[in-house]
Amino acid sequence: MTTESTQGRAGGPTVDGGGARVPDMVRAENVWKNYGNLDVLKGISLRVGRGEVLCLIGPSGSGKSTFLRCINHLEKVNAGRLWVDGELIGYRERGGALHEMHPKDAARQRRNIGMVFQQFNLFPHMTVLDNITCAPVLTTGAKKPQAQQRARELLDRVGLADKASAYPEQLSGGQQQRVAIARALALSPKLMLFDEPTSALDPELVGEVLDVMRDLADAGMTMVVVTHEMGFAREVADTVAFMDGGVVVEMGAPGDVIGNPQHGRTRAFLSKVL
Amino acid sequence: MSAVNVDAASPAPVAGAGGPHRIDAIPLRHPGRWTAAVVLIIAVALFLYGAATNPAYSWDYYAKYIFDQRISKAATVTLELTVLSMILAILVGVLMAVMRLSPNAVLRGVSWTYLWIFRGTPVYVQLVLWGLFATIYKSIRVGIPFGPTFFTITSADAISVFWLAVIGLGLNEAAYMAEIVRAGIISVNHGQIEAATALGLTWWQTMRHITLPQAMRIIIPPTGNEVISMLKTTSLVTAVPFTMDLYTRSRDISAETFTPIPLLLVASTWYLAFTSVLMVGQYFLEKHFAKGLRRAGAHG
Repeated sequence: MTTESTQGRAGGPTVDGGGARVPDMVRAENVWKNYGNLDVLKGISLRVGRGEVLCLIGPSGSGKSTFLRCINHLEKVNAGRLWVDGELIGYRERGGALHEMHPKDAARQRRNIGMVFQQFNLFPHMTVLDNITCAPVLTTGAKKPQAQQRARELLDRVGLADKASAYPEQLSGGQQQRVAIARALALSPKLMLFDEPTSALDPELVGEVLDVMRDLADAGMTMVVVTHEMGFAREVADTVAFMDGGVVVEMGAPGDVIGNPQHGRTRAFLSKVL
Repeated sequence: MSAVNVDAASPAPVAGAGGPHRIDAIPLRHPGRWTAAVVLIIAVALFLYGAATNPAYSWDYYAKYIFDQRISKAATVTLELTVLSMILAILVGVLMAVMRLSPNAVLRGVSWTYLWIFRGTPVYVQLVLWGLFATIYKSIRVGIPFGPTFFTITSADAISVFWLAVIGLGLNEAAYMAEIVRAGIISVNHGQIEAATALGLTWWQTMRHITLPQAMRIIIPPTGNEVISMLKTTSLVTAVPFTMDLYTRSRDISAETFTPIPLLLVASTWYLAFTSVLMVGQYFLEKHFAKGLRRAGAHG
């Protein structure tokens, strides 16, 4: 269904009409992250072009989620650099020195980056509509009627137009996760991060969430997805990166990494999950 | 057991409407429950009869003083003491709770020490000490430390015993409120704060719109208890000494009329009336903050 559309998306840095280089949507250079003596990320370098979908796969504890959380500065990078759309994340470079970013500026950067969590993390005390309008109204000063109008469009897009006034607890896991996707889209982000979005779902509800994500990818959204759904990765991803022990072991087209893995560790992992 | 099997094996026809046989067993008798209930009802009836006929209760005095103007004025003062000291307690309590959760070690230390002292000493002793405030600090100089003084106020003129009572009650209660608020804040799932952060909300927006509304569900029931407790603790302000509250006023009147028992009952009736109203208020507040949480709502 979507095999055609993947060809339409650009891979790597692209050149716009005027010939100037357009920065990658995500660029990581030698990113390290440690908790005390424990190195969780040991020098991650990769690029995600505009409109590309990158799937991160690997065993638990390999650092996939940590790396994802570094991209929107939920985790602080200890070494290396991370850029989103050409903008350095979490720090400011001034006079040759790195300055820690003011929390307000970090919050502004995050508004361009939507995130979807394994446990949905919808706000239980708000209706579905309020969950979606909350961030636009509070952070971008959007007017409430316009924000609600946009929220209803997004709900329609994820197939939940009739759930606007429900509370999250009244929804199934799959519906909650679709609302969470709509909530992340409400700020019109340039980039969407998915942290094991289907891992907490009952098996029969996984499909409806993956369908929404597939539509999003087809519409040209740049996405970084931590997932154990190999079928999804193979079908939707432009690039698959296999991570283990805090490093990217193998990265390439899904057909290569999943279909014909070169590394022993990749093969060992895939033999367990496929 | 066998009855169930029979039912399952022979569907519908005997049951008529198509449902299973409803069990129609003779209910178990509970003679113990009946005996206990009868004994208690007799005991209560005897007590009420005794209370009605015992002249020591002086019900005529009770009737005379229950709506006495001095008493209703004192009841108003007790309410004012409760409301004002609780407002102070909640403000200082939230401040202490946030300080306790701060990354700044000095703020944490100050908050911990505050709790240690105000929770660790009796409120009665604290109230006596607040009564001696003007003796300890005769005047308050406002100016730059070790520098010029802008103006000086005499403590005894500036702060009335009423406000000393409010401060004494409020600062003591703040120590307990701080713990209640802190428990509420840390009870909120960390994923909530992460989601709000990822949406680009600032620390204060997250606190105001995500954390505190959810913490309220945990904070309100114990706070309701604290308000009711505070209403009763106001009877200790005689230690300051402040004498216009409900309990002290009742004692003063009974000292003139030599009828302590009916006046204590008068005061108790007013306290009970106020706590009843507060309980109703608490019920509606809990219901409001249980929005979207079916389990909590069912209990409310």
